[in-house]
Amino acid sequence: MIRDITIGQHFPGNSVVHRLDPRMKILLTIGYIILLFVAANPGGLVLSAVLLAILYRVSRIPLKLILRSLKPILPIILFTIVLNLFFISGEGEPLVQWGFIRIYAEGIRYALIMGARIICLIAGTSLLTYTTSPISLTDGIERLLAPFARLHLPVHELAMMMTIALRFIPTLIEETDKIMNAQKARGAQLDSGTLRQRMKAMVPILIPLFISAFRRADELAMAMECRCYRGGEGRTRLKQLRFTRTDWAAAVVCIAAFAAVASTNLLFQGL
Amino acid sequence: MSETMLKAQDVRFRYADDLPWAVDGVTMQVNRGEFVAVLGANGCGKSTLAKHFNAILLPYSGTVTVENLSTADEEHLYDIRQKVGMVFQNPDNQIVATIVEEDVAFALENLGVPPAEIRTRIDEAMEMAGIYKHRNKAPHKLSGGQKQRVAIAGVIAMRPDCLVLDEATAMLDPRGREKVMKTIRRLNREFGITVVTITHYMEEAAQADRVLVMNSGHVVMEGTPKEVFRQVDRLHELRLDVPQATELAQQLRAAGLDMPDDCITEEECAQALAKLLA
Repeated sequence: MIRDITIGQHFPGNSVVHRLDPRMKILLTIGYIILLFVAANPGGLVLSAVLLAILYRVSRIPLKLILRSLKPILPIILFTIVLNLFFISGEGEPLVQWGFIRIYAEGIRYALIMGARIICLIAGTSLLTYTTSPISLTDGIERLLAPFARLHLPVHELAMMMTIALRFIPTLIEETDKIMNAQKARGAQLDSGTLRQRMKAMVPILIPLFISAFRRADELAMAMECRCYRGGEGRTRLKQLRFTRTDWAAAVVCIAAFAAVASTNLLFQGL
Repeated sequence: MSETMLKAQDVRFRYADDLPWAVDGVTMQVNRGEFVAVLGANGCGKSTLAKHFNAILLPYSGTVTVENLSTADEEHLYDIRQKVGMVFQNPDNQIVATIVEEDVAFALENLGVPPAEIRTRIDEAMEMAGIYKHRNKAPHKLSGGQKQRVAIAGVIAMRPDCLVLDEATAMLDPRGREKVMKTIRRLNREFGITVVTITHYMEEAAQADRVLVMNSGHVVMEGTPKEVFRQVDRLHELRLDVPQATELAQQLRAAGLDMPDDCITEEECAQALAKLLA
């Protein structure tokens, strides 16, 4: 059933990581990304990966989900590795020389570091989306960006748009399904023919979908007005986000771990 | 209770200057605690009139007042919208949030109610609309009737004095419609909320205290359901049906049987038939 698809890649659970305040999770994820670039040595990267594996363990997310999130960016990882392998030139003699291709020890080192770094980057940000529902993610982003509202950044509007988009994705999927069936019933060939023909067959699906989406938007706007919507000013929220002791404890533990990993830089400086 | 809740005085409205009047000189009033049904064929202006009651549309001429506040008065716009809650036809297009209870809280968040009070008020509203047990679900997982009750809860959380339903049951299946109507009747009887329902369904109108019939922008008939539905021919002229019970009684009368001309519910009809057969 097309309507059963899940939004994003949230993996519901009740672990400590799941229960953390989304703001804290976003901030710690950013911290982790920075760490990956600061700890630019093999030891640091190994420790970063171990740290991440521990966090996955704590959140009870099956490790095979990491593979799933890596799949779409596999070409990018390979491309980066190959690029680094061939184009980094080190000092001294190349390890391999075959025509114009020269591979240096330095190149292999860089290729491995870059590859590991991207994998950790994706796996790390995926942990955030696995353990945080799209709604609390939106909430967290809105609160974190709140100070920028003073700089006339439309923070509330952006968050509202994200919420409404999340709300309407299932509705529109259902509608697409209906329209496709209606067009099939009239003899539309959606799954056969050349690519060009199939793209053309999409037109009679997209047009009604867009028209209906605009009509929905119009009605929704009216319903929102009826419920006294007047932008973000003076708005309160049902669910307040509050940093709990667990959040602060998690922050302290993570920052200490980050610092420990970053300190490997000093150890490896000689290498 | 004869305090005036809503009042329209000679209201005229058209959507564009080159279009005919959608509402053409309507004068009506709704008293506090009343249950009023507005009937009319498609395009008779009933939905347009409904949108005047909470200042979504402003009259071209004439005035609309809500508890003596004029809808044209921008200063009281949000007071009016809080007093008169509006529920529309398509439940999908009026639910904003991704979780039921957050949607019910939407209006209160907009009004700047403190979080603790939002909590108690939405719990109360969800209980009243009978959707409390679904409070943590995603709206798209609910049936049409449940979604419409979520929409109703979202409106009654504002504690409005009046509920305007713009064909709120038109897209629902019979069971969903029955449940929504039960909720609305309960809100009217137990909590004293004034209800104005715009509808196509004669059986729904039969439950009202008073029925208004509109045709091409005018109110053409008004009275209790019995008074209105008795005029079967007149209603047919206006391209409207009468409740099936009334229709049956009418046909039997035409066939020469002694049926009353004012039975509008199935029960009344059944009783009259039983008396006839006895």
